[in-house]
Amino acid sequence: MNLLGKLDWNAIPLHEPIIMGATGFMVLVVVVVLGFVTAKGAWLYLWREWLTSVDHKRIGAMYCILALVMMLRGFSDAIMIRAQQALAAGGAQGYLPPEHFNQIFSAHGTIMILFMAMPFVVGLMNFAVPLQLGVRDVAFPTLNSVSFWLTASGALLVNISLAVGEFSKATWWGYPPLSEMQYSPGVGVDYYLWSLQISGIGTLLAGINFVTTILKLRAPGMSYMRMPVFCWTALAANLLIVAAFPVLTATLAMLALDRYLGFHFFTLGGQGNQMLYSNLFWVWGHPEVYILILPAFGVFSEVMATFSGKPLFGYRSMVAATMTICILSFLVWLHHFFTMGASANVNGFFGVMSMIIALPTGAKVFNWLFTMYGGRVRLSVPVLWSIGFMVTFVIGGMTGVLMAVPPADFQLHNSVFLVAHFHNVAIGGVVFGVMAGYNYWFPKAFGFKLDERWGKASFWCWLVGFYVAFMPLYVLGLMGMTRRMQHYDNLSWQPWLIAAAFGTAIILVGVVCQVVQLVVSIRNREELSDVTGDPWNGRTLEWATASPPPAWNFAFQPKVAGLDAFWSSKYRAQATKDEPTPTCKYEPVEMPKNSATGFVTAFFAVVIGFALIWHIWWLASVGVFGAFLTLLAFSFRRHNEIEVPAEEIARFVRSHQAGVAA
Amino acid sequence: MTEARQERAPGDRPSREMHASAPSEFLVYTIGLVVAVLLTATSFWTANTTLLWPGGVFLGLAVLAIAQMGIHLVFFLHISSGPESTNNVLALAFGALIVFVVIAGTMWIVADMNINMMMPSGAPMSMQMQQ
Repeated sequence: MNLLGKLDWNAIPLHEPIIMGATGFMVLVVVVVLGFVTAKGAWLYLWREWLTSVDHKRIGAMYCILALVMMLRGFSDAIMIRAQQALAAGGAQGYLPPEHFNQIFSAHGTIMILFMAMPFVVGLMNFAVPLQLGVRDVAFPTLNSVSFWLTASGALLVNISLAVGEFSKATWWGYPPLSEMQYSPGVGVDYYLWSLQISGIGTLLAGINFVTTILKLRAPGMSYMRMPVFCWTALAANLLIVAAFPVLTATLAMLALDRYLGFHFFTLGGQGNQMLYSNLFWVWGHPEVYILILPAFGVFSEVMATFSGKPLFGYRSMVAATMTICILSFLVWLHHFFTMGASANVNGFFGVMSMIIALPTGAKVFNWLFTMYGGRVRLSVPVLWSIGFMVTFVIGGMTGVLMAVPPADFQLHNSVFLVAHFHNVAIGGVVFGVMAGYNYWFPKAFGFKLDERWGKASFWCWLVGFYVAFMPLYVLGLMGMTRRMQHYDNLSWQPWLIAAAFGTAIILVGVVCQVVQLVVSIRNREELSDVTGDPWNGRTLEWATASPPPAWNFAFQPKVAGLDAFWSSKYRAQATKDEPTPTCKYEPVEMPKNSATGFVTAFFAVVIGFALIWHIWWLASVGVFGAFLTLLAFSFRRHNEIEVPAEEIARFVRSHQAGVAA
Repeated sequence: MTEARQERAPGDRPSREMHASAPSEFLVYTIGLVVAVLLTATSFWTANTTLLWPGGVFLGLAVLAIAQMGIHLVFFLHISSGPESTNNVLALAFGALIVFVVIAGTMWIVADMNINMMMPSGAPMSMQMQQ
């Protein structure tokens, strides 16, 4: 018996200069970061204040950091794809061999959807939802930490696949029979399977946590129809997570059984049915895109109302549209495989449902427009992202409705027209949304604003770069270019692909501007600092507390008397010239205690995943046993909460008020 | 949405009066157990009896199974029509809707494709034959 399963030195692709270069760079970055932390002597601080933290704000920030790091990784894949396609026409073969090119587009899709967009969206919800609801934390704080660390484990496994072994070559949805053992005997699909399974469990736990938080833990007086729209969209997205992610887990588990134990769920022979995989995958996959876009819609709603200085237009219709999308998103999944051979009745039904879902989305766009109408719109960075979103997303939505017509889809299926469409809604919707949210909530999270000039530069580069990069793909799709081509013979495509590569370069400038924006802002944090806790003249409760908020969020539980709770309390206070000094006494607050459970569980999850990928069965059992012991240790913990003394809270409030007055 | 529900702070425990008027937990579980056992026994009897018309056996079992689900929900999972279980009822309805959509949709789609995959002669175009 081999102690290391399939793992040996051949797993490390030493003969591939590009992969080794990327690996070397990744290792270098990790070493620099670890060295920096050691040099600063910050290990204990990092462990106590961040890695074991169960504070929803810290966990939210860590989700966003993970997302930003993975965005750099996914974006470098995008540059490589665009460069290869700009080069590899006619006689030229480009610089990427087919098997490497296939890994790159598979990794790009997997990372961007599951390890960039998902963590970013969940991170923003983590940070903002409890603050907007006026509560001290989520319903299950330790579970929240477990969710985050499991997501990070999945991301880590994807990154390990770069150096040890390979990643999947079977695209980010891994259709069988290509992803079965017969056609993908390597470890690539296994990396894909286990990283998705581990992070998927984390996401499901996060979904349960947030549904519970929103339904059960709101500030007194905050009825459903007084919740901020971001909380509504978060509720819808998390309901979708709870309903859809088990389908993904079950589907991938069946594929894993096929690959590991010789089952025949989706194989070619033995009565397997590979079409069922496509069906089940998209039962999860279509709600997934709404899990990503709905919170982005919530961010735009908050940003539009705040920076227009007006209440959101059509709050009730916004809520209704959100919940309608939540249900409808489960009725459209077949439009991902119109061409698989269903009859006109089936295609017609799902085509019509796909078109109908554009209606609530359209209602939302009009609501945002009417929110701006008659308001004094401040053209700050979050607003620029929101306006850029509205223009871009409407174009993407139109091409989506076009492809919802089955006969049109038969022409466009698998073409780069489709690639252009979903990047149009994913970048124009989700990425612009999380960027708006990042710029909007950053001062709340860290106490200083992000630099406006670099933020605007970044926005314009992203916007222009997006159009230059993806409009040519619409043309190419109509010219008949299929997606995922490592090489092509039609020379008339090349100018368009060079233009697309140029657009990607403009986006790269935008990404660099974002990094610079962060560095410049940290350096100038004294000038950019915000002591009031309300830099944007906000409307919702997160702006009622200090920036960064204390661990307990609110010294007193806020009382909510209507929509835009903070806005109305600000103007009441101004009218009566009331001093904000509260008359009631400070009371000690019970806060959940830090816990290493999440971090340790995730460590064992990585061990389990890595062992299963390489068929190291004993190590997998060690991992399962370790994870079980961690759970046991946590369940025997006697003291779950620490008490923050009243004096500490009083001291914090006094110093904050002194800062505001100064 | 009633005003009463709006004013209830989330996370509130049910008031003392509500507790006093509710039947004891022991009684609830006992009634649930008895009814559940009764329904199970009836199902076994239905499956083996010759008293019923054979075509009705399937229908009877389906009815008994659904009744069993209801008993479990009410007596063991404490779903009621009261305001404190609105969230649970809505969650249950949402879950039932999604499960229905996914299962019915999948069966419809896959059965439809199965028919479309038939060769003109009527024999299914089996993938194994090509291997």
